[in-house]
Amino acid sequence: MSRSRSRGWLGALPLLAFFAFVFGVPAIAVVAGAFTAQGRPSLANLSQSLQGGYLTAMLGSVKLSAVVALLGAVLGTFLAQAVVTSRSALLREAVLTASGVLANFGGVPLAFFWIATLGNSGLISGLIGLPSGSLYTFWGLVMVYLYFSIPLMVLVMAPALDGLRPQWREAAADNGATTWHYWRFVALPVLAPAMLGGVVLLFGSSFSAYATANAMVGTVVPLITLKIAAALTGDVLTGYENIALALSLDMIVVAGLVMAIYLPLQRRTSRWLH
Amino acid sequence: MAALTGLETVSGTDSRPRVWRGIVFLPAAAYFLIPLGASFWYTIHTPARGVSLSAYGELLTAEGFVRSLLLSLGLGAATIALVLLLSLPAMLAVRLFAPRLRPVMEVLCTLPLVVPPITFVAGLSTSLRVGTDVLAPTPFWATIIAVQDPGFPVVLVLAYVVLVLPFVYRSLDAGLRTMDVRTLVEAARNLGASWPYVLFRVVVPNLRSALASASFLTLALVLGEYTVASLLGYEPFAVWIVTVSGSRGQLSVAVSILSLLLIWLLLLAVSTVFSREKRK
Repeated sequence: MSRSRSRGWLGALPLLAFFAFVFGVPAIAVVAGAFTAQGRPSLANLSQSLQGGYLTAMLGSVKLSAVVALLGAVLGTFLAQAVVTSRSALLREAVLTASGVLANFGGVPLAFFWIATLGNSGLISGLIGLPSGSLYTFWGLVMVYLYFSIPLMVLVMAPALDGLRPQWREAAADNGATTWHYWRFVALPVLAPAMLGGVVLLFGSSFSAYATANAMVGTVVPLITLKIAAALTGDVLTGYENIALALSLDMIVVAGLVMAIYLPLQRRTSRWLH
Repeated sequence: MAALTGLETVSGTDSRPRVWRGIVFLPAAAYFLIPLGASFWYTIHTPARGVSLSAYGELLTAEGFVRSLLLSLGLGAATIALVLLLSLPAMLAVRLFAPRLRPVMEVLCTLPLVVPPITFVAGLSTSLRVGTDVLAPTPFWATIIAVQDPGFPVVLVLAYVVLVLPFVYRSLDAGLRTMDVRTLVEAARNLGASWPYVLFRVVVPNLRSALASASFLTLALVLGEYTVASLLGYEPFAVWIVTVSGSRGQLSVAVSILSLLLIWLLLLAVSTVFSREKRK
């Protein structure tokens, strides 16, 4: 056993080598390309990626993701609480299953659902006389993104809400706390890490979403993912590709910063809820 | 536990929470069900022809449907095989012999979640272009061309393995937690089993449900994946839907409904596998 023990880690080698190659090479390409202009090291791409239309797109993406994350977190938490406290096991099961399906339902099909419903020739938009193009706006996108964000939040919050022990509520009530006091001083502090984790998750999934936005709004709403795709595919002129790489680097930095908040919080979640 | 639930229902008998739940559930049901119903109606009703299911019938004969679906299924199968072959030995090795590599694995298997897929494609397409130029005078040139073959783009399989790695890792990690890997493996080795035998006849049968759920999640992700495939210029299923949507709106919505059903079936398969395991 001792010989195989010393060489046993070799089993991990194929995965590590694969990852270093398939993930590492593109990562190096992004960083190297972002800092290269006309074949020389330069900051020109990065500074251009933070100006004008590109900056607008980045801010648009951040704003969209933040609005979706906050709205989704609040609405998803309310829905999760309603499900968790519901006495009907069937309802609970149905909502949680549906949440699992809808949280994974993104991309192009999601866009087509909403186009068929509230698009220019959509069924409901005809019924309520929605002005043409209403879906293809910032708030239209918010509405569509919430379709997978709220279920995702339900999936995050339902176990956390299940973990709130009835004794805590009773103990608070025995000490004279009102419902508001209980939520403000007992439940919310316990739930806060899970909720913030959920907000980060929602932010990340909206921030990196491309397929839905591309199928829905094209270039009507400026978003960073659409700009990267346009720079990658539109013009094959040299230089545009490096702009795409600089934009990618900006995006990774934003996503990384957000994730840096999430990881320590995720560890704290497990302290109270078990 | 019975006492706890008893207390809960006592505190829940005043009518206020019930009203409150209704206020939450009704708009939620409307928000989630109306697009579903409207999309379905959109696919079966046209003012000219009335109600018919022809959009679903046309699907099979639609140009490119079968080809793109087969491509997606092929990519899915290849991705499942490759990701399991890479990750299972690695996770066993880390558990049994190199616990110090564990943090490294955790980081590797979280990175694809942090990095947005579109930035990964940007790096990947640049690497492919530069790689093709640089490798042109070497024998590797044929390889880099071959992995980009539009008939079966191996490069997509490689990219998908990276994208699904976090989900597969989590699934397998949960499976490995439920068994005593060290004892099983050492017992088998002491009885003279070879490493491949240990892997396929001892570990894999004990991990069946984790492997199944990892495979289903991978399949769901590959079938719906659009960003990487479209930006690298290939046309698997999800990209085909967009291509066809321009000329045949009804058909694309019909496919969307079918893909929602497919996700539901795949998740149902995952949860069935797990609950069967629990009952044993």
